[in-house]
Amino acid sequence: MENLKAKSFELRKDIWKMIYKAKTGHTGGDFSICDILVSLYYKHMNISPESTDHPNRDRFILSKGHSVEAYYSVLADRGFFPKEELETYSQYQSKYIGHPNNKINGIEMNSGSLGHGLPVAVGMALAGKMDKASYRVYTVMGDGELAEGSVWEGAMAAGHYKLDNLTAVVDRNRLQISGCTENVMSQDNQDARWGSFGWHVIHAAGNDLKALDEAFTQAKATKGKPTVIIADTIKGYGISFTENKAEWHHKVPTEAEFENGLKELEERRIAANE
Amino acid sequence: MNNIPNRQIICEVLMDKAKEDKDIVVLCSDSRGSASLTGFANTYPEQFVETGIAEQNLVSISAGLAKCGKKAFAASPACFLSTRSMEQCKVDVAYSNTNVKLIGISGGISYGALGMTHHSAQDIAALASIPNMRVYLPSDRFQTKALMEHLLEDEKPAYIRVGRNPVEDVYEEGNMPFKMNEATVVSEGKDVTIIACGELVRAAKDAAEELGKLGVSARVLDMYCVKPIDQTAVLKAAKETKAIVTIEEHSYGVDKA
Repeated sequence: MENLKAKSFELRKDIWKMIYKAKTGHTGGDFSICDILVSLYYKHMNISPESTDHPNRDRFILSKGHSVEAYYSVLADRGFFPKEELETYSQYQSKYIGHPNNKINGIEMNSGSLGHGLPVAVGMALAGKMDKASYRVYTVMGDGELAEGSVWEGAMAAGHYKLDNLTAVVDRNRLQISGCTENVMSQDNQDARWGSFGWHVIHAAGNDLKALDEAFTQAKATKGKPTVIIADTIKGYGISFTENKAEWHHKVPTEAEFENGLKELEERRIAANE
Repeated sequence: MNNIPNRQIICEVLMDKAKEDKDIVVLCSDSRGSASLTGFANTYPEQFVETGIAEQNLVSISAGLAKCGKKAFAASPACFLSTRSMEQCKVDVAYSNTNVKLIGISGGISYGALGMTHHSAQDIAALASIPNMRVYLPSDRFQTKALMEHLLEDEKPAYIRVGRNPVEDVYEEGNMPFKMNEATVVSEGKDVTIIACGELVRAAKDAAEELGKLGVSARVLDMYCVKPIDQTAVLKAAKETKAIVTIEEHSYGVDKA
């Protein structure tokens, strides 16, 4: 587990560099979901860069598509494409644009408009049930995203069809572009909301790999209903000055901020390794 | 007088193919009756998905199924399927290039006195504007069958719009010229060309006959393939006839002054 913690800081360094070079990106949301992606891509999901069309591979949809830099950095590190290709991120003619698209090896679905990931994941999970396949389907949503009505259409169908091969993760970092989620549209009673649609609800510390590991393990063991993991995260987690600040939703670091941030991430990576 | 609506033909084709092809999945949003798909739902319950009255979910779930190898046919009233779910059609179907066939039933003003909420006079414009989305309006039961059989052979997105009621045949059993993505010449003529699609092809054919009695020779083109449109046939008509008139059951939103 300790090595994966270090890995998450290493990936944050890649993300930080990508955003600084491109002068665009979503630092806050990238950093808050890093540990979730690390837990899935290095431990829990049955995926491999050698067999991206294997019928029994696990499926993943990044519903909060704006956290694409975190997604790219994980896929590159897992060998789905060469890391150097990320140098072109958000540049003219690059396929590495600011939201996920399936021209990129390892990305299943295009996303970017919020509220699509869960309903599409429901279709994937239904197909798995029809084929009696053993693959699992995962999607990661933002907490601000939960205001989209289509999320709840998907939640309703997943509960109705008892899709226990589906796990949704809510990146509960409590911030969205306009500020605190509770001031924009309150989201504080997730247990009642998901529970009433027939879901098993798990709360987990979303930047704690051990807690995430337990949550994903419990989700796999839960039968007869889909599972949602409310991952309590810190937006911008990893650099002290980006943590819990709404403006870091898509702020680009200055040169000084970049250097200081990189230094802190490296320190935390080393500390995690010790 | 034909008494089989085009939507019923769609069900018959799907039921016939589903016997052999277990990847065919039909989805409805509490619309199995309106779409004439109750027969399919009862015969192949394991290949049928009900989403309830949730058209956005209908389209996204179809995309997810298609992404996992299913041939998804999502059938719902054209008005709701097209514009209510437009973003799902754009992102999850067209942009993601999933094998989803969107079946818009009771299109145009089929619902008559039910009013504006149920009319779909915007669906062609809305869905044709999306890259990688094809739009087809078959004219009669024979063409509907041929079109569906062709669409079952490809893996690309498409929107198919049909009406509600039976329409008079344009073609005859065994005499139905059909080439995918090419307009069918229903009748030859040299003065004027009427380009029609969907249920109005029969009206165009009748009009051409009336015009003939008045000494006007009218060509009728069945442009069931609204997108990709058959440009060659349009250019040929422009060259060989003196005028082109188009008729479709659709609106361009022109308001009275």
